Amino acid sequence: MTARAPSGSGTQTRFGRRLGLAPFLLFAAFAVAPFLAAFSGAEGYVLSLLTRVMIFGLAAMSLDLILGYGALVSFGHAAFLGIGAYAVGILASQGSAEILIQVPVALAASALFALVTGAISLRTKGVYFIMITLAFGQMLFFLATSLAAYGGDDGMTVPERSRLFGSRLLESDLAFYWACFLCLLALYGLLRAIVGSRFGRVLRGTRENPVRMESIGYHPFRYQLAAYVISGMMAGLAGCLMANQTEFISPAYMTWQRSGELIFMVVLGGLGSLHGAIIGAAAFLLLEEFLPEFLHAAGFLLQDDMRTRLVENWKMIFGPLLILIVLFARGGIMGLLRRGDHG
Amino acid sequence: MAEPMLELRHLKKAYGALVVTDDVSLSVQKGTLHAIIGPNGAGKTTLIHQMSGLLPSGSGEVVLDGDTITRLPMHERVRRGLARSFQITSILPGFSALENVAMAVQARSGSSFRFFANASREQALNEEATSCLTTVGLGERAGVPAGLLSHGEKRQLELAIALATRPKVLLLDEPLAGTGHDDSQRVVETLRSLKERMTIILIEHDMDAVFSLADRVSVLVYGRVIATDTPAGIRANPEVRAAYLGDEVI
Repeated sequence: MTARAPSGSGTQTRFGRRLGLAPFLLFAAFAVAPFLAAFSGAEGYVLSLLTRVMIFGLAAMSLDLILGYGALVSFGHAAFLGIGAYAVGILASQGSAEILIQVPVALAASALFALVTGAISLRTKGVYFIMITLAFGQMLFFLATSLAAYGGDDGMTVPERSRLFGSRLLESDLAFYWACFLCLLALYGLLRAIVGSRFGRVLRGTRENPVRMESIGYHPFRYQLAAYVISGMMAGLAGCLMANQTEFISPAYMTWQRSGELIFMVVLGGLGSLHGAIIGAAAFLLLEEFLPEFLHAAGFLLQDDMRTRLVENWKMIFGPLLILIVLFARGGIMGLLRRGDHG
Repeated sequence: MAEPMLELRHLKKAYGALVVTDDVSLSVQKGTLHAIIGPNGAGKTTLIHQMSGLLPSGSGEVVLDGDTITRLPMHERVRRGLARSFQITSILPGFSALENVAMAVQARSGSSFRFFANASREQALNEEATSCLTTVGLGERAGVPAGLLSHGEKRQLELAIALATRPKVLLLDEPLAGTGHDDSQRVVETLRSLKERMTIILIEHDMDAVFSLADRVSVLVYGRVIATDTPAGIRANPEVRAAYLGDEVI
């Protein structure tokens, strides 16, 4: 907990310099992508892949607030994706597709779940915190599997995408892409303000030395709990977007594997930089998407059945590859970029 | 006699059969520097932990300026004016020296549940933090990440952080431990200047510093106070000499 985190802290001047070009390039790339996609010949595929990247980026970024800035390893963050997704799915199947109803319900439910589970989990530290957040996540997972009216184990199709003031604007994949882009950009700006604020500074302080923070008059619990609630609400919003993109909800949204993937995305991108989490999500999802094809191309010397098996078992390459990146790129992808700046 | 600023009444702490603090009663007058000395393992740091609230007390009372604070958590005690430093340096290594102190100023000036305005640009916080740093002689080093300060500078930073909470009572756990001669001199001078503004309880092994600064000295041996007196009285006390000072040159 008291490790000298290589990123995300320090004075604001150093911080500002560190921020550098990465976030601008990142958001510029997302902004330009739809125009390039139109020429790619597979516009629908590119848009849907990048939309998924942005939604997971949003979820990973929300986790980065508590993991990267608060050193709270929550292993149940996918629960909030599930809450957001089920709020959309359940309300839509009851006939309220209006986003102005769905999103507030999703946020309120996420906040409540975060408040209750956070208040309990945050009384523990370290491994116990990891285990108890995992337990709460699993609790919600099994609750979802038992919702027979909403598909149980199998999940269910969401009858329609959310409507904005009654209009079916978001039915268009391009409009939905821009909606996700705006959400990501706005919440990035919001989180950037939060981590630099009085509140964010106290949160960063509790990450480095909670006893010191108590000895100058702070009760770390209050700040950690508030961060947990903010983070959960943002992940809940990501869940709303996810249900809208896939037009499908299922308990699979909140498996513990999904929580683990979110942690991995944050660590892969670099803890405590916010945009690092988005980059980590992008790297993770794009690798997952293209590694099989890459392996197929790279295996041209192999016999056909070997090649097929290699491609089928692409995860055997994916796992070690991720581990190597995390081992050799301390500070994740953002750490690599930063080293590039100085060298 | 005036009301004491800090009073310990029959304070106890035991781990199983091991009694670490054994019926300690002390009364520290406002505006004085009260030193607590004793051989290693006498329970001095435990006593500071009990006063500051880092460790709960088995029985007995801690009274700050007339209020019983025995059951309050550490952060509440700080807000009532009881600040402390740590024997093992405890700072925020990733933050600049200035931000370490500004964090303490922020704790008692307004709510920290403010989510938007940038905290490191708050002039009021930074100015007061700068003045605390200047008091301990670290004014020039404000922008340096605390983790990169020298050991002596970190000790000074601890003091600045404690001062920034504007304490009525300052608990100092070996502020001179491991500092070089020049740094020690500076800390001793700082403490001398602070004596007039607040009540200080000092644990220290450096006897020169203790006897030049203290108004009162208590000697702790095996968790028990064997004597409390003026520095001159302590030097002359045969029981103290036998228990502790015999092998020290004073």
